Amino acid sequence: MAILVIAEHDNRTLKGATFNTVAAATQMGGEIHLLVAGSNCKAVAVTAASLDGVSKVLLADDLAYEHQLAENISKLVTELGKDYSHIVAPATTSGKNFLPRVAALLDVAQISDITAVEAENRFQRPIYAGNAIATVESLDPIKVITVRGTAFDPVETKGSAEISEISISHDAKLSSFIGEVMAESDRPELTAAEVIISGGRGMGNGENFALLETVADKLGAAVGASRAAVDAGFVPNDMQVGQTGKIVAPELYIAVGISGAIQHLAGMKDSKVIVAINKDEEAPIFTVADYGLVADLFDVMPELQEKL
Amino acid sequence: MKILVTVKRVIDYNVKVRVKSDNTDVDLANVKMALNPFCEIAVEEAVRLKEAGVATEVVVVSIGPKACQEQIRTALALGADRGIQIETDSMPESLNAAKLLAKVIAEEQPELIVMGKQAIDSDNNQTGQMLAALLDMPQGTFASELKLESGKAQVTREVDGGLQTVELNLPAIVTTDLRLNEPRYASLPNIMKAKRKPLAVKTPADLGVELKEHSKLIQVTPPAERQAGIKVASVDELVEKLKNEAKVI
Repeated sequence: MAILVIAEHDNRTLKGATFNTVAAATQMGGEIHLLVAGSNCKAVAVTAASLDGVSKVLLADDLAYEHQLAENISKLVTELGKDYSHIVAPATTSGKNFLPRVAALLDVAQISDITAVEAENRFQRPIYAGNAIATVESLDPIKVITVRGTAFDPVETKGSAEISEISISHDAKLSSFIGEVMAESDRPELTAAEVIISGGRGMGNGENFALLETVADKLGAAVGASRAAVDAGFVPNDMQVGQTGKIVAPELYIAVGISGAIQHLAGMKDSKVIVAINKDEEAPIFTVADYGLVADLFDVMPELQEKL
Repeated sequence: MKILVTVKRVIDYNVKVRVKSDNTDVDLANVKMALNPFCEIAVEEAVRLKEAGVATEVVVVSIGPKACQEQIRTALALGADRGIQIETDSMPESLNAAKLLAKVIAEEQPELIVMGKQAIDSDNNQTGQMLAALLDMPQGTFASELKLESGKAQVTREVDGGLQTVELNLPAIVTTDLRLNEPRYASLPNIMKAKRKPLAVKTPADLGVELKEHSKLIQVTPPAERQAGIKVASVDELVEKLKNEAKVI
């Protein structure tokens, strides 16, 4: 039986997490169909058709799916998904929003946030903020799964799948989209960045994050934050790296003024190289850092900016 | 308006989790347990709606062995009016939890259900969404703001890259994100008062729900250990190491 992957997009471009999710699906065995549900999203389907491993793109173009409302998308995916062995989506705020509804409607479990595929019905996933790794075996006829993108290398785009348009409209009329405020930034997205520089409570206030931004500009890095910095109101929550924020695994992660609480480490400890800058030499962040610098960040950051 | 809030008993978020030596699960013996932080935010939101005169009653529900009554009492001390414990031997899988809650909601008929977006033990982030699907209700997940106006709920959601606002018909399910509110501390008089608030106990059989096994836990292992690296003495040394040793800049 085939695998249905749900593409993440904004009706214009296909989001990076889809590439990693398809990579995970290729390890589950079986033909892969990629569903692009949205409104005026043909361009997304064209990109989707080029993903390696995808044999067919299903395009559901309907106003009801414009904003990915969970109430509507879940009904579409449930109807299509009945004939698949696996239904897979990225573990992003969008995938996490609609996919559990699909699982409930199909009367099966959802296996959330998998980081490894051991067999077609056996997966690894982190629990307790990544302090333990559970191996879980599904007993359900249809496996509903969200994938942690950073755990799988993205697929290439050398394929050419057929695009098949489907006309199934589900408007549950339970909810409506009012608006959205997206952070405007020239910097890369946290989950896609190769370099991330994050600040913690040690930054003192939101204005001081400008110190990180100047370094980020030199490195082409994304700027993140610990939950402590978000809780203190320094920066918005979409910058949060951690168990309850974004899970990242860049080539280089620079933690500045971050003590290294369990819940923050859960979000970044799979980074390739970790640098910690903190004036408290006992800070737990140093136990995971490849390079630690015990110093006052307010002295270090201007110097670092200059020397890069 | 009646509001129903769910709470889960989990390991205290400050406790470092250890895996059992036989790799069957994590070791929870003699570990401090607490109210799941996201559930605490859910209770706070419901209590604030009651204080604002929007809600008339706040009912709190928990699923699990008898010990979870402790977390129900905590929620009652924070201002909820009465509790319901659904007694199970162990923590049911999310879909089973959602089925049990669906039956309670059918009996209680609340207009709003507020839940934590995820529990910090299993990190699944799914029970609220599953419950919404079973009841065919709209959902506002990862809420950072909740407004109730003219028979609808307006929920601002924390999504990747920003904030999204949706309007939901009632009854609806809202799951909380961190910034929705800052929960209060229970006062001693309120903790005493909570002991006298009503707490009903039901079983899955009372609710007519048969718990099905959907997955098997094969093993639990500690994550790959990351070795601490070296300390550098200066910014110059750091830049040199990143360039020539790690080769990441």
